[in-house]
Amino acid sequence: MERVILHADLNNFYASVECLHRPEIRNQPVAVCGNQEARHGIVLAKNYLAKATGIQTGEAIWQARRKCPYLVVVPPNYPLYLRYSRLARSIYADYSDQVEPFGLDEAWLDVTRSHHICGDGKKIADGIRERIKYEMGVTASVGVSWNKIFAKLGSDMKKPDATTSITRENYQQVVWPLPADELLYVGRATKRKLAYYGICTIGDIAGADPLFLKSRLGKWGEVLWAFANGCDNSPVTHLGEEAIIKSIGNSITTPRDLRNDEDVWMTICILSESVAARLREQGFKCRTVHVYVRDKDLFTCGFQGKFIKPTNLSKNLAEKAMALFKEHYNWSNPIRSLGVRGCDLVTADANEQLSLFCDEGRQIRQENLELTVDILRRRFGNLAIQRAVLLQDSDLRSIDPKEDHVIYPVAFFKEGHLP
Amino acid sequence: MMETRYENADKIYVCVQAVFYTDGSLRPVTLVWEDGREYAVDKVLDIRRAASLKAGGTGIRYTCRIAGKETYLFFEEGRWFMERK
Repeated sequence: MERVILHADLNNFYASVECLHRPEIRNQPVAVCGNQEARHGIVLAKNYLAKATGIQTGEAIWQARRKCPYLVVVPPNYPLYLRYSRLARSIYADYSDQVEPFGLDEAWLDVTRSHHICGDGKKIADGIRERIKYEMGVTASVGVSWNKIFAKLGSDMKKPDATTSITRENYQQVVWPLPADELLYVGRATKRKLAYYGICTIGDIAGADPLFLKSRLGKWGEVLWAFANGCDNSPVTHLGEEAIIKSIGNSITTPRDLRNDEDVWMTICILSESVAARLREQGFKCRTVHVYVRDKDLFTCGFQGKFIKPTNLSKNLAEKAMALFKEHYNWSNPIRSLGVRGCDLVTADANEQLSLFCDEGRQIRQENLELTVDILRRRFGNLAIQRAVLLQDSDLRSIDPKEDHVIYPVAFFKEGHLP
Repeated sequence: MMETRYENADKIYVCVQAVFYTDGSLRPVTLVWEDGREYAVDKVLDIRRAASLKAGGTGIRYTCRIAGKETYLFFEEGRWFMERK
């Protein structure tokens, strides 16, 4: 099945958000510029009125002012842009679980499997644009194609607030006449090299001999040739927003079977610490804890319970998990593996209703303690500081679920790495 | 890093009394307008995320009937605001 890839680009993102929040400057040329004192005094983004005067991103403020004496220069408000970026991603997440952000203002979406529910690529793209306009008050351009490269090209073609489809039928007319440096990863140096051989458009790249390009540009030559011909199969990764992470858990098959509550408590402590640390890292708290047990006959069962209020503290997780375990497991068999998972996630920075019936001061002390442990572990390794209970057993003590549990992000293109 | 907040004449922050229900939903009950008068929210007609171009912002927009008129009340980052008519 042909893939349907979208690339959404929030138009003049920083400037648009500033203009939305400051109606008084909306009808003037506006540039968001870095801090002059910190020697970052360059244009980071500009609105269409500023663009019309010829101001370019990356220019110094004085250069921009020479082109447009009445330019309104505003400092960047990154936390605000982050909020808008998250809002956009939460809209994307309604259409696909494959959302790969590219900076704050761009993202790829693979909506191949959503068309039964949400319609074809163009319909989804139009829907996303409508929602961004209505819910966020800014605009986006969306490119639709069968690969990421052309989807990105599409989002650059019509601005603002437009959808561009690049299909197998029209790509030669639409993409090939474009200048070579419109293609992702053709920078100034590559453009110059290509021009030297008379290769000026994307069509020229597509029509060139890939071996020739390779001999002149190295491995990149072949990659660019493939891009220009729409032969890009790189996937849209599942990296992304909170909504996509449903739970955080760790499980281990222990070095020896667990035979009693003490063994289980030790293991639960280790797992809970890892889960709690990962929850904190990701900025979450969980409302439910789930315990998973597999006995030595490979019989598996699980139990779960809710917290009165969300937590990301290992002490709370471990105590709740242990209570659930004691309540439900009858020790019919020794245990082979054990897991603890925090589910029903909420963001940790959300406001919180304090309780009259539990010792909040103690919770805060526990929080500080665990944050300190996080710092020690970050600096000196996960085994640098441990619970005393773990000293009883050298087998279990050496388990390091956090270090062993690695999620490898699949970068589209890390600097210098080929797909 | 905290978000820098902008003030503008068309974005009127109001003091709101609201009910938090056990399911986490939230309804405004009364609000105090900038002149100090208190109004009851007679009915909430619609709740959705929306931007306010007039006031400049985005949040959860409550379409409310207040004193017989339909009006928008926005909940944005923990603060309530209305658009100047």
